[in-house]
Amino acid sequence: MTSISSASPAFTGRDPENRLFGPLPDVQGEAGYDADHPARVGFFTDTSVCIGCKACEVACKEWNLLPMDDAHGTRDVIGLTGMSYDNTGQLGANSWRHVAFIEQSRTVDLPMPAVGLPGADRPANVLNTEALTEFDPQAATSGADKQIRWLMSSDVCKHCTHAGCLDVCPTGALFRTEFGTVVVQQDICNGCGYCVPSCPYGVIDQRKDDGRVFKCTLCYDRLTDGLQPACATACPTQSIQFGNLDELQARADARLATLQAQGVEGARLYGRDENDGVGGNGAFFLLLDEPEVYGLPPDPVVTTRDLPAMWRAAAKGAAMIVGVALSAVLGSRRKR
Amino acid sequence: MAECHPVGFQWVGEAKARGAKVVHIDPRFTRTSALADLHVPLRIGTDIAFLGGLIKYVLDNELYFKEYVVAYTNAAALVGEEFVDAEDLDGLFSGFDPENRTYDEASWQYEPEEPPHTNGDDPAKAAEQERSEQHPDVKRSDRAQAAGSGGPPIPAKPKRDETLQHPRTVFQVLKRHFARYTPEMVAEVCGIEPEVFLQVARWVTENSGRDRTTAWVYSVGWTQHSVGAQYIRTASILQTLLGNIGRPGGGIMALRGHASIQGSTDVPTLFNLLPGYLPMPHVLQHDTLEDYVADAAGKAGFWGNKRAYTVSLLKAWFGDAATAENDFCFDHLPKISGDHSSYQTIAAMIRGEVSGYFLVGENPAVGHPNSRMNRFGLANLDWLVVRDLQMIESATFWKEAPEIETGELAPESIATEVFFVPAASHAEKEGTFTQTQRVLQWRHKAVDPPGEARSDLWFYYHLGRILRERLKDSTDPRDRPLLDLTWDYPTHGPEAEPSAEAVLREINGTGPDGRALSSYLQMQDDGSTAGGCWIYCGVYADEVNQAARRKPGREQGQVASEWGWAWPLNRRVLYNRASADPSGKPWSERKKYVWWDEEAGRWTGLDVPDFEAQKRPDYVPPEGARAQDAIAGIDPFVMQGDGKAWLFAPAGLVDGPLPAHYEPAESVVENGFYKQQANPTLEMIDGPWNRANPTRSEVYPFAVTTYRLTEHHTAGGMSRTLPYLAELQPEFFVEVSPELAELRGLTNGEFATLVSARTAIEAKVLVTERVRPIRLRDGRVVHQIGMPYHWAYAGISTGDSANDLLGIVLDANTHIQESKVSTCDIVPGPRPRGPELLEFVESYRRRAGVASGKVGLNGRDPVEAVAGEGSTAS
Amino acid sequence: MKTWLDSWPVFRQLTGPDPLGRGRAARSRATENVVSRTATADRVVQSVCPYCAVGCGQRIFVKDEQIIQIEGDPDSPISRGRLCPKGSASKQLVTSPTRVTTVKYRRPYGTEWEDLDLDTAMEMIADRVLDARRKGWQDEHEGRRVNRTMGIASLGGATLDNEENYLMKKLYSAMGAIQIENQARI
Repeated sequence: MTSISSASPAFTGRDPENRLFGPLPDVQGEAGYDADHPARVGFFTDTSVCIGCKACEVACKEWNLLPMDDAHGTRDVIGLTGMSYDNTGQLGANSWRHVAFIEQSRTVDLPMPAVGLPGADRPANVLNTEALTEFDPQAATSGADKQIRWLMSSDVCKHCTHAGCLDVCPTGALFRTEFGTVVVQQDICNGCGYCVPSCPYGVIDQRKDDGRVFKCTLCYDRLTDGLQPACATACPTQSIQFGNLDELQARADARLATLQAQGVEGARLYGRDENDGVGGNGAFFLLLDEPEVYGLPPDPVVTTRDLPAMWRAAAKGAAMIVGVALSAVLGSRRKR
Repeated sequence: MAECHPVGFQWVGEAKARGAKVVHIDPRFTRTSALADLHVPLRIGTDIAFLGGLIKYVLDNELYFKEYVVAYTNAAALVGEEFVDAEDLDGLFSGFDPENRTYDEASWQYEPEEPPHTNGDDPAKAAEQERSEQHPDVKRSDRAQAAGSGGPPIPAKPKRDETLQHPRTVFQVLKRHFARYTPEMVAEVCGIEPEVFLQVARWVTENSGRDRTTAWVYSVGWTQHSVGAQYIRTASILQTLLGNIGRPGGGIMALRGHASIQGSTDVPTLFNLLPGYLPMPHVLQHDTLEDYVADAAGKAGFWGNKRAYTVSLLKAWFGDAATAENDFCFDHLPKISGDHSSYQTIAAMIRGEVSGYFLVGENPAVGHPNSRMNRFGLANLDWLVVRDLQMIESATFWKEAPEIETGELAPESIATEVFFVPAASHAEKEGTFTQTQRVLQWRHKAVDPPGEARSDLWFYYHLGRILRERLKDSTDPRDRPLLDLTWDYPTHGPEAEPSAEAVLREINGTGPDGRALSSYLQMQDDGSTAGGCWIYCGVYADEVNQAARRKPGREQGQVASEWGWAWPLNRRVLYNRASADPSGKPWSERKKYVWWDEEAGRWTGLDVPDFEAQKRPDYVPPEGARAQDAIAGIDPFVMQGDGKAWLFAPAGLVDGPLPAHYEPAESVVENGFYKQQANPTLEMIDGPWNRANPTRSEVYPFAVTTYRLTEHHTAGGMSRTLPYLAELQPEFFVEVSPELAELRGLTNGEFATLVSARTAIEAKVLVTERVRPIRLRDGRVVHQIGMPYHWAYAGISTGDSANDLLGIVLDANTHIQESKVSTCDIVPGPRPRGPELLEFVESYRRRAGVASGKVGLNGRDPVEAVAGEGSTAS
Repeated sequence: MKTWLDSWPVFRQLTGPDPLGRGRAARSRATENVVSRTATADRVVQSVCPYCAVGCGQRIFVKDEQIIQIEGDPDSPISRGRLCPKGSASKQLVTSPTRVTTVKYRRPYGTEWEDLDLDTAMEMIADRVLDARRKGWQDEHEGRRVNRTMGIASLGGATLDNEENYLMKKLYSAMGAIQIENQARI
């Protein structure tokens, strides 16, 4: 550990260069890279075109030579989860992409359209919600209809603008790359595990037999060779798009506008907002429902956001013999 | 499509983004449904009803593409007076022979022009051939497919009524035939609302015509029905009426399931075909080469050159030994006499009639319906050669089959000698795959195969070499074919790998100068040319491996003609002359594809025209013209004997000239259309190991369908063995609706047992609203069960085999099994083990009134097996 | 001295523009030397995916005669460089540790596999082919010439190359074997 001082402007939270939360226009510059560093890159995962094929999961494992989930190649340990077609369960040390499957149904009253009426088409719709609201075969026979939606979404490390894992890492194993991504350096990581609870998304994970932590590197090695990450390369429907973050953001905004114009009411971007609790994500998503539905936290906050306040409080406490309780109260007050 | 061909689905996604409507018609809500504009969850096995309804909608509302239909189809042809439609015979067509369960097609013929017009060399011979095709043994041997895409010969040109008004025109016959396929009837039989049907009808018709086209895509599950060929026929009729064939964005696309399954039919390892869809010679028809090619006399179009293709094939195989004097060694070819297809062969194995079996990258002990019966077949061989990458179930049945546990099989009683000979993977050898759009793509070799793994090319080349070596001094005439074989392929490397390019060049063919041919039109019938597969002629044009072309897609137009090579002659859309109107002009600017360039005096366009380049649109064949010369300038369907698309098939299908809805062989529902319940011609294989579930049985009350998942591949040998795929779908499961789960007390994530008259299997239960029960008009509910079929006991991801549950009943046109529809019961909990399993299944049979399914030693018939002979080894 | 100090992250952190040690200062030796696996390949071979019939292009990267990566071929107008999970797993198909790469033999009524060398196996199979061919031979069927054997059957998968199918059909036909089938009918 290097010695740090609470007087450092870096920890006031107001320093224009080394902030721990809020928008950050140049994450790489912030991490000490020269002005000519490459553009910040990321993923835009458009779940409205995800077909749940899991090519991303496999391509990721093939490229990064990840072991099988827990089972170590034996048949006894793997098994059906019973959760739709999701047998990966969650992101982990050995699964850096995870496709969630969400089956939804709800009963609705059906306004049946007039038979054969021409021109009754509704605007194009990315899902079959039109089909389901208008034409469910069970409707007339059962009296009430079920809408069915099958949502699929490929989750991944968010490569946060303010990455809790990186901020807490005591060894410098986690670092910000010149591409603005967050990567674990396996030759440094000592397996302390501090980063694991610091991730507001529960992404970073320790490998049980190894102790070190692992997560998506956004294929750092491929990026250095001008290649795309393996998952985005494989993705058959371009649900996973890789590129410069600003271009992805523009593309996502346009896609959202298109969907909203088509009446897809649940569509929203997730991780796109630079003013959110992590300063926006390097890997962000277009979702068709609330984030919780996909197992994503609705309002993630970088765990180190209140670090400066806590430091300040601790310093005050040292000087004024005020207990830790006060700093906690202050800290919690600042949370909202 | 998203489910089984995810990368192909990118194009659907792109079309959708550009405004295309995507309709998914499938009993299950799949990953494709999730992305579709409309999902139509029709009842399993009712596709003809649905498509027939669309045809009626098109006809009733006059939404067909009239100019296209009149000019390019047989709509105007008159059907003979003797023809009686299923409409009037309650589901049967005229000519049915109940004893043999076959049709005589005589009454389906056109009314001939008067005087009968002929365009062949020997019409009498062709007609005689046509009559011999009605023999049940000939029908059984797959004549429909053996006739290639050209269809059987038409002895005479039909009378026509271009106004389509004559009551016996094909068009009017069609109208009457589909009269009862009303939206209400469709709704009732398919279990969907009429509004759903009408929405599809509107979208399909609004997106067809001069300016727009609609494409139909089926995955080959459509073929796995007892009326499979007719499913596809129904779609063909619809697409033809709408003018969606031979045009960009149209067509019917068979999304096939294996890397070179198209190639495996083009260059067939199929009992009834020689390369290029030439039929295998039949004992009742083809004593001589003359007999064999006689039907070509009645054919216009490119099938008229059958003799040139055949002689070139014989020259490629038998080289200098094939001469005009000896009929080019035609007699070297063995002859078929009936159905020798896979399942019949399995039955013959159980009877002890087959000594040796080669399994080359195929796993019937898992992948074929009634896998138990397949395993019994394997247990009654003298020897078995398995070539694969992994130790698949078909190689280990003798010690690990489920029947070991039940006591039906035991290693000590199985005489089958098994050779597992490891195979090379796709990366370890070079050669071509033909993908689903007929594009041949050459694979370069990356590395040498490991250990003793070898390519199948190596295996067969060296097996042939050894056999010929052994027989080199033989004077037995039976050995002449092997000794006369051209078998001198160059080899390379320490393992003496034969040159795949040399084989491809032989397939392509060579001319009198020894140079590679560039077109099948260069093939001669006098022995001066050789060529192993006429439709592949051109793949080695200019002595260049055209299949190895790799001009990047982004540097080409949308047709991408310089990537690989498509048969025939690199045409990417078949019959594309139909993309222009009869005068040769594009139907519309938006849909222009191939057109006649008057100035240049030739056809041109975005693709290679599927038409003789310089044949004018106004060309009229002179009297006596034959083969392609008998195809008029307005006839786009150049492989058909009359150049027309057939709305009505006067010959070539064994189960009727028009599609009719029949319930599956095993169904829980009565046929709502006709008294005839199931396909009258369906082919069955009888034996204690293949008992059928009775129709509408209370004992087997649920419908069940099989399918694939994205994460696995067919019988699993290439996916259950791979950790990354195995963990994604780690064990066998079935999908049931919450309603069925409640009815039967099934719990999500727990085991259930499924029972049929074949056996019982256990699977984990996935309760999902994506599977939906169908309520019939009479209030009865049809519960449907979904069953992916990838599993068995070997590999990392394991489970019972779905295919064990299914019986074998076949579409008589194709001998393909009805594996997409069956019936069963489902109860909670794991299945009984050991001999208790046999009793459990037998008790179901007893209750259902099904004959005993108990077998003797090694699956032999109990009566025969008493004699104590478990194998033919003698 | 400077170089040595530079290799010490704390020195970089305290002296460089990354005082928090979250970026440039934290870079390890492995990070500085990172290289994409495919960049070091000896050769790249264009191939085609062996699973379904879409026919996606693959690029196979080879180093030291081992396959180090298989991924989509962006040149392909069919697949545009994309692969499904099966296509993405095809390196594992080739390099699988459970792949069987030597001949295994099970004798009649045997209870275990035995080893056999390939040459011997080929000779034994040839013996059996000739024997089965003779046993199942039919000159005639119901009085008409058929010139065939019913003793040998074959079933091929549809991942066979065209060239392989061609040699199979050619050889089997010359043997007189007719029960030759393929997944294409299944």
